[in-house]
Amino acid sequence: MSIKVMIPTPLRVYAGKRDSADIAAATVGEALGRLTSEFDELRKHLFTEEGKLRAFVNVYLNDEDIRYLAKENTPTKDGDTISIIPSIAGGTSKNAD
Amino acid sequence: MAATVQPQTGAKPVTSLSNEEILRYSRHLIMPEVGMEGQLKLKNAKVLLIGTGGLGAPLGLYLAAAGVGRLGLVDFDVVDFTNLQRQVTFGSSDVGKPKTAAARARLSSLNPDIQIETFETKLTSENALELFKEFDIIVDGTDNFPTRYLVNDACILLGKPNVYGSIFRFEGQATVFGMPEGPCYRCLYPEPPPPGLVPSCAEGGVLGVLPGIVGSIQAMETIKLILGTGENLVGRLLLFDALGMKFRELKLRKNPKCPMCGEHRTINKLIDYYEFCGVRGEEAPASNVQVPEITPRDLKSRLDRGDELFILDVREPHEFQICNLKGLLIPLGELPRRVHELDSSREIIAHCRSGKRSAEAVDFLRKAGFRKILNLKGGILAWSDEVDPSVPKY
Repeated sequence: MSIKVMIPTPLRVYAGKRDSADIAAATVGEALGRLTSEFDELRKHLFTEEGKLRAFVNVYLNDEDIRYLAKENTPTKDGDTISIIPSIAGGTSKNAD
Repeated sequence: MAATVQPQTGAKPVTSLSNEEILRYSRHLIMPEVGMEGQLKLKNAKVLLIGTGGLGAPLGLYLAAAGVGRLGLVDFDVVDFTNLQRQVTFGSSDVGKPKTAAARARLSSLNPDIQIETFETKLTSENALELFKEFDIIVDGTDNFPTRYLVNDACILLGKPNVYGSIFRFEGQATVFGMPEGPCYRCLYPEPPPPGLVPSCAEGGVLGVLPGIVGSIQAMETIKLILGTGENLVGRLLLFDALGMKFRELKLRKNPKCPMCGEHRTINKLIDYYEFCGVRGEEAPASNVQVPEITPRDLKSRLDRGDELFILDVREPHEFQICNLKGLLIPLGELPRRVHELDSSREIIAHCRSGKRSAEAVDFLRKAGFRKILNLKGGILAWSDEVDPSVPKY
């Protein structure tokens, strides 16, 4: 069973520059766990030290926010897409450092 | 769902167009979806643009061209050369002028029949409600988290729609917040990311066309709200990936427990948004580390004296290609695993573009046992200003 996880631009740098990954998993949590086991930096951005998803990270299964499904326990099926939606604030993109 | 926005009461609504205006707007007037009724709605509408930069450029141009009768522009910035790659309201001769004044000149030349009000000020918790209350729709084209939350909260407190757009490198987001039946920014992002987890400027930058596309989507949503026509983005987050040239959309739900727009509001006034987002003022706190420094002039005289100094450049390879001080390039992110390439017995000068990333590098290396290491104060920018103007600034 294959799930596609879409990695947004700001996080690609922590995921070997990949824009998506195909992962076999039965739940959203399992898919993100598998993805981040490969990329330590990505795990730090998505999960707290206690292993909870960070509050500012939005995760969608297809077009639905998992906060309104069963959160990390939301079951997945073949062909589903998981999207990680980061907060981005840019309007003009200033170079600051 | 065709949500309509009622114009603010006060000034008497305009009920007719001049012959010149009829000619100017004829391509609107011959469309049944706009027509005379719609064009008069546009003329009576009052829209406030927060930011006149990348998103604000297409917003200002299209809303002025479409005949939005009153446009407010809020910005405290001055046009600089690096803006011109995407902020298409401005021309080279505007460099150095306040953005609000330059935008006003451009927009009034585009459409002299509209009123343009400029507010050359930073949007703050003290002035936001006063500024917003005169307008029907607020359009958020800012570039930082504190202002995003401030715009959201002020819109909810006043019951005004917030046409939202945001960009990062090749990616954009757009939606409409603040409608009574729809979610707000806090429903989507209850908390801002901690500053340390926001991608650094080293990964920043933006493709010039991207704000043009996202700002145009905001302009379209604004016009639809005024006309009360079509399906607007309330409850939908539009995602745009410019590299893949893909649009996707996600459902946005109103959070019943939202502290701002939920059933039991717990935030009843504007707060300190810099504190809320963990940043004070303009400084990025992650790089406020105090490390030993050397000024560009001192470095120059030591190099001229023939001192054996090792230059470490912690920027990215594409920045090195723009200009460099002939140092060894180890990007900040690679430093931990490439630290063995450095000789701690030598005196090292670390630099980046402005001195912030290299301060982090110096801090890291000192903790790793390096003792003879200094940060180039102000980075390659200061080197260009104080020592060698032939080095380009970027």
